[in-house]
Amino acid sequence: MSLNKPAINKQAIVSQLLPFSCVDGPGSRLVLFLQGCNYQCKNCHNPHTIGLCDACGDCVATCPENALTLINLNNKHHIQWDSERCSQCDTCIAVCPKQASPKVSRYTVEEILTILHSQRHFINGITVSGGEASLQLPFILALFKGIKATESLSHLTCMLDTNGSLSLTGWHKLLPFLDGAMVDLKAWQQDTHRYITGRDNHAVFKSIQLLAQQQKMYEVRLLHIPSITDYEDEIDALATYLLLLGPDTRVKLNAFHHHGVVDDALNWPSCKQADIERLAATLAKRGVTNLVLPSIYL
Amino acid sequence: MLLQDKLVQIVTNPQLSPKQKSNYLALEAEASLPYMPISTEVKAAMNDGIICDMFEGHAPFKPRYVLPDYARYLKQGSEYLELSPAQDLDEAINALTILYHHVPSVTNIPVYLGQLDEILMPFTEGMDAEVLYRKLKLFWIMLDRTLPDAFMHVNIGPTDNIVCRTLLRIDAELKQVAPNLTFMYDPAVTPDDLLLLATTNICHCSKPHIANYPLHASAFDERGFGIVSCYNALPLAGGANTLVRLNLKEVALKANSINDFFDTVLPNYCSLTFELIDARSAFLHHESHFFDSFLVKEQLIDESRFAPMFGIYGMAEAVNILQTLTASGEVTPAIHARYGHEMDANQLGYRISAALDAIVKSTPVAHGFHGRALLHSQGGISLDKNVTPGVRIPYGTEPNPIAHIQALAQHHQYYTAGISDILTIDETVKSNPQAMFQLCKAALELGFREFTANVASNDLMRVTGYMVKRSDIEAFKQCGSRLNTTGLAAEAAVNTGILQRQARVIAHEHSPCVVK
Repeated sequence: MSLNKPAINKQAIVSQLLPFSCVDGPGSRLVLFLQGCNYQCKNCHNPHTIGLCDACGDCVATCPENALTLINLNNKHHIQWDSERCSQCDTCIAVCPKQASPKVSRYTVEEILTILHSQRHFINGITVSGGEASLQLPFILALFKGIKATESLSHLTCMLDTNGSLSLTGWHKLLPFLDGAMVDLKAWQQDTHRYITGRDNHAVFKSIQLLAQQQKMYEVRLLHIPSITDYEDEIDALATYLLLLGPDTRVKLNAFHHHGVVDDALNWPSCKQADIERLAATLAKRGVTNLVLPSIYL
Repeated sequence: MLLQDKLVQIVTNPQLSPKQKSNYLALEAEASLPYMPISTEVKAAMNDGIICDMFEGHAPFKPRYVLPDYARYLKQGSEYLELSPAQDLDEAINALTILYHHVPSVTNIPVYLGQLDEILMPFTEGMDAEVLYRKLKLFWIMLDRTLPDAFMHVNIGPTDNIVCRTLLRIDAELKQVAPNLTFMYDPAVTPDDLLLLATTNICHCSKPHIANYPLHASAFDERGFGIVSCYNALPLAGGANTLVRLNLKEVALKANSINDFFDTVLPNYCSLTFELIDARSAFLHHESHFFDSFLVKEQLIDESRFAPMFGIYGMAEAVNILQTLTASGEVTPAIHARYGHEMDANQLGYRISAALDAIVKSTPVAHGFHGRALLHSQGGISLDKNVTPGVRIPYGTEPNPIAHIQALAQHHQYYTAGISDILTIDETVKSNPQAMFQLCKAALELGFREFTANVASNDLMRVTGYMVKRSDIEAFKQCGSRLNTTGLAAEAAVNTGILQRQARVIAHEHSPCVVK
């Protein structure tokens, strides 16, 4: 199987490419963070990855290094970002009215395949994350197909880190090329989920169920925010549910902290080691054993 | 300061133990002797900080590093020490413990403790695994408490055996500064799960470091080699008679163009370095009577297997300086670091390493391994300021670990006597040793001679090459240290910005979503 021209030319809007990560799936991984998200989580640790830049130009004048320029390409405005000049002070992100960033890059499938090739011995696979990665599903499909079809890359595992909002139709397209997924279950109750994310969680439960059936539910992630999330109130239902996913699914407990967070959520309590350990203990008591706790607390 | 005042300062120092005081007194005594005869050019280069004798002393009466053939010793016993051949593990460990106190080095403590799994395996037949564990654990504790110097180095691997696995288990449990530990890896011999065990240990205590066994083995001969002190690879039953190092940064500052550097300045300072090497080894080999030792008589070492180490450091600064020499008016000064990041800077670095390799391989020395010195990428000393060890990328400007390895791998082929590039990996790797394993395996595949990683939050960390406890650095200022090397590390932390070494993976401010 080879990729046709249009597939290899598919582009993604990327907020960051991290060549080496050890916290985004099994082993050493290249991580592609895609720009744009369909949730509006109050507690988002990276709110500048939510929006897409509309080239309003508000950030251009604020850049102390003059690394941003408003340009006109084919009668369309664009912000040009000079990464060489940029000192990563993040002023542009602070002033952006769209929760976006002018510091995004565009990569084609072919470009990512080339990068993967140059570091294929160092990594066990690739994880596409975000923002919400699945919003750029056609790119991910073409990329994962391309990896599986390239002999020198076919040993790399392809993982998706997602909020679980992708439709079942979308998952069915992706499943043949997907090795596993990490899904955030941001709250158990509908109301709590809606309060935190602005969206309901029906799709999340459906996604998790499908992935578990297909043995591709690598990790369910619970971001614990004491007094905000409802994991402890709903502990029996939650534990019963997690047990149904089977022993191959890891349950990763993450601790909410204030790094990167804006607005109301700054008034929420950050999650301490003791909070995580209490949650872990109550889950363990109910038989959930495949727990993964944070290695550091901020 | 007058000599007497210095001596008073040493003997009345509230932070030094009596033994440490004796060592410092001896150093001062040697330093009060006249320096061995050298030309005015060499003297000037030393005064200008271009060539450095590593403070080895004015009258070298012992080699810098000694690697005795411990296997032969255990087999034959020792007439001088009145010991018969070891019959069981207790006797073997006892015999080693005795010999360690008779093996000199620049630090007065042996820098090489042997290929311990290979030499102890013959004594473990039929032994219960838990009994072996207890005996080796006591041995390990004894080494740390009685020979407290992190330059002291044990080698294990590449074969899979119970001593190797037990020592890895003990080392991870005890997390001691000493001994330092190298695990030899040979893809044809070492099973993946053993390398994974070793790399898991790195996640727990930043030890061992992993040596590329086939690459080292092919650089030496059948009698073998050892990794000692800070990543020095040297002939077994021999060692290094001296280490003289050349500051490439200062050499680059003397050049007026890149061609001038390669054609004139570098060869000139290399020949001055060789002059100092020959002067120092002449004293050791002809005047000091070191080679009358029982170590030679009992064939545990062989004078012809000692080589001078030709050390270099400050490659990063040299490259960045040389590149400004060719910059024309239109080139704007780079905001970001160049060496380690830009292809042209890295290429210039490889060219310098290749030129040094050609010079060292073609220059005869009076006392060398096959008549030659061995090139070494020197890991820095605590007094270095604004100059980066060896060919390393400057602290705080390192790229991500993969780019870091890719930028430096091509240097490794040239540095026969060792090279180290310390990768700092964020502590999140602790829960993912598979990532460390993959990084290590790929680095060695790409031609790394040594893979050394520092897990950012570990209390144990590597400084210029030796292990220290982070908490000891803070504590030293208040109360001194039981360990000889912590003093060096405290100096290094102040002078070289070592605590600023960048921790990556999540520490970078602009890393969205890494911690969700």
